[in-house]
Amino acid sequence: MSEHGQSKDGYDFAHPISIPLMLSVFGALLALTILTVAQASFDIGSLDIVIVMVIATIKAGLVMAFFMHLAYDKPFNVIVFLSSFAFVALFLIFTMGDSKLTSVDFEPKVDDEASEVSEVAVVDTLEQVAATESEQATVEMEETVTE
Amino acid sequence: MSAGSIPSGNQIKDPGYPTSSENYLTNSKGALSWLLTLDHKRIGVMYLIGVMTAFFGAGLLALLIRLHLFRPEGAVFSGPEANNWYNQVFTLHGAIMVFLFIIPSIPAALGNFLVPVMLGAKDVAFPRLNLSSFYLWVAGALFFIAALLASRLDTGWTFYTPYSTTTDTSVILATSGAFILGFSSIFTGLNFIVTINTMRPPGMTWFRMPLFLWATYATSIIQVLATPVLGITLLLLIAEKVMHIGIFDPEFNGDPVTFQHFFWFYSHPAVYIMILPAFGVISDLISVHSHKRIFGYRFIAYSSIAIALLGFLVWGHHMFTSGMGPLTTIIFSALTFTVSVPSAIKVFNWLATMYKGSISLTTPMCFAISFIFLFTIGGLTGLHLGTLATDMHLHDTYFVVAHFHYVMVGGTLVAFLGALFHWWPKMFGKMYNETGGRISALVIFLGFNLTFLPQFVLGSRGMPRRYATYDPEFQTLHQVSTYGTLLLGVGLLISLVVLLRSLYKGERAPANPWGGATLEWQCTSPPPFYNFDRPPLVGDPYDFSDIFWDSENERYVTIEPDRKIAPVEQPEPVHAEGNH
Amino acid sequence: MSTIEAAAENAHDAHGHDHDHPSFLAHHFDTPEQQFDSGKLGIWLFLVTEILFFSGMFCAYAIFRMLRPDVFEGCSQFLNTKLGAINTGVLLFSSLTMAWAVRCSQTRQNKGLVAMLASTLSCAMIFLGVKAIEYSHKWEMGLLPAGLFTFDQNNPHPETDTHYLFYICLPFMFLLAGVVLWLIISLVRGNEFHVKCAKPLTVVAICFFVGIGLGMILESGDSSHSEEEGLEEEVMMAEAVELGNESVLQKISRDDTNSGAKSELIARARQSDTAGTSIVQEGQIISGAIVSVEEDVMTKRQAGVFFSIYYCMTGVHAIHILFGIGFLVWLLVRAVREDFNPQYFGPVDYVGLYWHLVDLIWIYLFPLLYLIR
Repeated sequence: MSEHGQSKDGYDFAHPISIPLMLSVFGALLALTILTVAQASFDIGSLDIVIVMVIATIKAGLVMAFFMHLAYDKPFNVIVFLSSFAFVALFLIFTMGDSKLTSVDFEPKVDDEASEVSEVAVVDTLEQVAATESEQATVEMEETVTE
Repeated sequence: MSAGSIPSGNQIKDPGYPTSSENYLTNSKGALSWLLTLDHKRIGVMYLIGVMTAFFGAGLLALLIRLHLFRPEGAVFSGPEANNWYNQVFTLHGAIMVFLFIIPSIPAALGNFLVPVMLGAKDVAFPRLNLSSFYLWVAGALFFIAALLASRLDTGWTFYTPYSTTTDTSVILATSGAFILGFSSIFTGLNFIVTINTMRPPGMTWFRMPLFLWATYATSIIQVLATPVLGITLLLLIAEKVMHIGIFDPEFNGDPVTFQHFFWFYSHPAVYIMILPAFGVISDLISVHSHKRIFGYRFIAYSSIAIALLGFLVWGHHMFTSGMGPLTTIIFSALTFTVSVPSAIKVFNWLATMYKGSISLTTPMCFAISFIFLFTIGGLTGLHLGTLATDMHLHDTYFVVAHFHYVMVGGTLVAFLGALFHWWPKMFGKMYNETGGRISALVIFLGFNLTFLPQFVLGSRGMPRRYATYDPEFQTLHQVSTYGTLLLGVGLLISLVVLLRSLYKGERAPANPWGGATLEWQCTSPPPFYNFDRPPLVGDPYDFSDIFWDSENERYVTIEPDRKIAPVEQPEPVHAEGNH
Repeated sequence: MSTIEAAAENAHDAHGHDHDHPSFLAHHFDTPEQQFDSGKLGIWLFLVTEILFFSGMFCAYAIFRMLRPDVFEGCSQFLNTKLGAINTGVLLFSSLTMAWAVRCSQTRQNKGLVAMLASTLSCAMIFLGVKAIEYSHKWEMGLLPAGLFTFDQNNPHPETDTHYLFYICLPFMFLLAGVVLWLIISLVRGNEFHVKCAKPLTVVAICFFVGIGLGMILESGDSSHSEEEGLEEEVMMAEAVELGNESVLQKISRDDTNSGAKSELIARARQSDTAGTSIVQEGQIISGAIVSVEEDVMTKRQAGVFFSIYYCMTGVHAIHILFGIGFLVWLLVRAVREDFNPQYFGPVDYVGLYWHLVDLIWIYLFPLLYLIR
């Protein structure tokens, strides 16, 4: 095929990668994993997510470049694969950006029964008083409504 | 050039007719030879039958909708459940038309048949994957039929939360169906990208590809990039419904607007999955039937890719009134206008191609011309909806319904019919009745406009979409629209009759009945099993200078100057060695 | 045989195969390289769809984490970092063996190929085993997606009759039994090919239970939850403190038998009193961290959503592992059959790429879910 110029007759195209390279990549990946776990025990504040993602991206880069042979692959395949991340970014940025804009009045701390119970539980004695009071209140409310 | 007789001193190149052992339709027999075939042409034909059936079913549902709207209080469904019935009917009409008909219509049915032949390849890159994507389509269709039988699906084809997560209708069945259909679509797109990238024969450079292939390529890019997001959206929707994961359901801190973002990230590009192949078809039809080189080949080719990519930036324009942030709406509105540019480029190029061409008003050309007219209306009304201020008024009215029907029906369906009439002789080796075809094109054009033009008026006067009943003041326009639907239905029936009749009574089709220069016209009608015996000679797909009308045999033929045996010049041995 | 003859023959017989074509080369390709390139581009495109498929969940994650970072911090404590880290290591190792397998197929080392594929499969099984421990443990605690969320801080380990771990293990037990049976039958029959297939697969099936054991050891080493009541409560208290969550502590302390927690609470109250009174500057009371009681995040609508996202992401990832296992078994059988050679190693390479992608996604999932402070 004229389009695929890298091998002479279309039969010799296997490019095995060397074992030392594979092993050293694996070593690097393990080291980075240990690093990322280790750094989790230090508090670096808001930088935390950035550091974690940078390490993960380096690891991903290593896997892609060597295990997935992307470093030796056709440029077109590299473009195809990397472009997917561009579209993911597009999707994330627009959707997250919009969520941030619209969720200013987002009611985040909607508590359900579980926490209500816990609050009530703290004030053991007050609980009954409040309950009876609220009962009375609702009865009164209903009365006024019916009137 | 087409008219006139063949100039003398030339040789005629014509593949003739296939024998029945060559013909892909007859070279092997039995139901299994069809059901398990790996031949892209047969798979294309099976797709064709499938999508036509889906279209017929969803068309009947559309007819029901329109008949119901004949009277303000509703004419078809009655009783306490009348409105629910109406909701179910329009939901299934939308879902089936979108997922089962329009998305696979041109790319899967015609694309499967045409892409390898136009490319000069023996088959698509992954024939087994191709067959499996057909069966995925069938499986998806079965899910939809199950949803139809289990009935009560009334969410609209968009499955918006929170209604879809709280209703107890058969949402899960339908979404599973759409999920499976998504994979069918992905695999088809993947197959075409790989086929076009790696299977081109020598000489078929990117810019010698017919524009239909460019359009298919652009479509496939969208299919591969956007459809998986639909897949995960539907999966999360099912999870939301089954165990309330709280991503879309506001009851659990979810956000329904997030669902709309997820949904339209696929579904807006999906609009281009529907229309881009139609652009490709029209580019080829206009050029062939005007017998003139396409004007601005590169512009049309690049604009297909541009539409595919820009189509990813505009999904928000479906959500202007859904509660997006004000800044986001402005950004999306502005981006929306950019997509109109490449679409307009195409329309101008088609018009410029027709200008001073020698137009033959064949049936495909009639469809192509009505496509340009209808698509222009559909495209321009899209600008009203992309503008924030006017969209506030027009959102969720019949204006929107009319707009997307002008694009989807007036655009894609008309192009699909045009393509079907154009390549019918190639697919089945039979010529149809030209007069009948033209009449059907005319009736469809009239019926379509009668149906949907009044809906623009209805919408701008405030008639909301998806309502089973309406104010009596809208009655006249609704009735006109219903009459138009009937006329449109008659037109479609005429088309069907013309095509089916040709199978029995049609004349044998020559290899090149229209005078096309693309590769599919170089092989016999219908093509042989392997399309080409040897890699075809690839020339300019829009160069009609050596194609002539052979009035004797009623066919177009390619000519080339007579090859004379060159005078024998024995080069001297010394020279010959020097040349080597 | 000359090519001209072959071409002529081809023209007559529609189904005729070019006799230049090796058996592994499909009829519509010209050269093995063209076939390989097509497959390669195809698998890359498929990986693109996979990434976009996962992007939906990453998007949901990002939105919720952006809006409610406190929920993520609180809930991440319930994920066992040790197990996550071990699983990361296991997957990375499987990636290494997979890459090695591709190399073996390219260099015609069939034995090595089988060994590498089997070790990749074993790693996949260990991963699933550890995952099964993680899942079953959380299900027992009621840490489930929002709609099913039943976690109760007063009673984090409710007595349940459902043995989730057993149900997860059940299909794998059947698998193991089936493979062993297959091995025995083929040994008895002396079918060499079947023995060659069944042997590594038996090891693979056992590896799931190795994973279960590994998970159990790590889990108990980390916090022997189910063994001792007192220990468990201490852990809970530690968690509660980390959450800055006073009410849990108070709840625990209401239990009369729990004198330890009570005294802890009293101590805290005194501490906070002194802290609260000591930091007063010009009428401005800076309340200490202990005094400000943050709202409880361990509720259906908050922690529930975190666990929804957790289950969706890791669940879909685990489904991908399962599919990968299917493909790898298919490769293993073909490798035993010696199908692959330097001109035809495509399937190994494609499955390898898929496997690396699954690994790639885990590389991101691990820090995003397990390592949040």
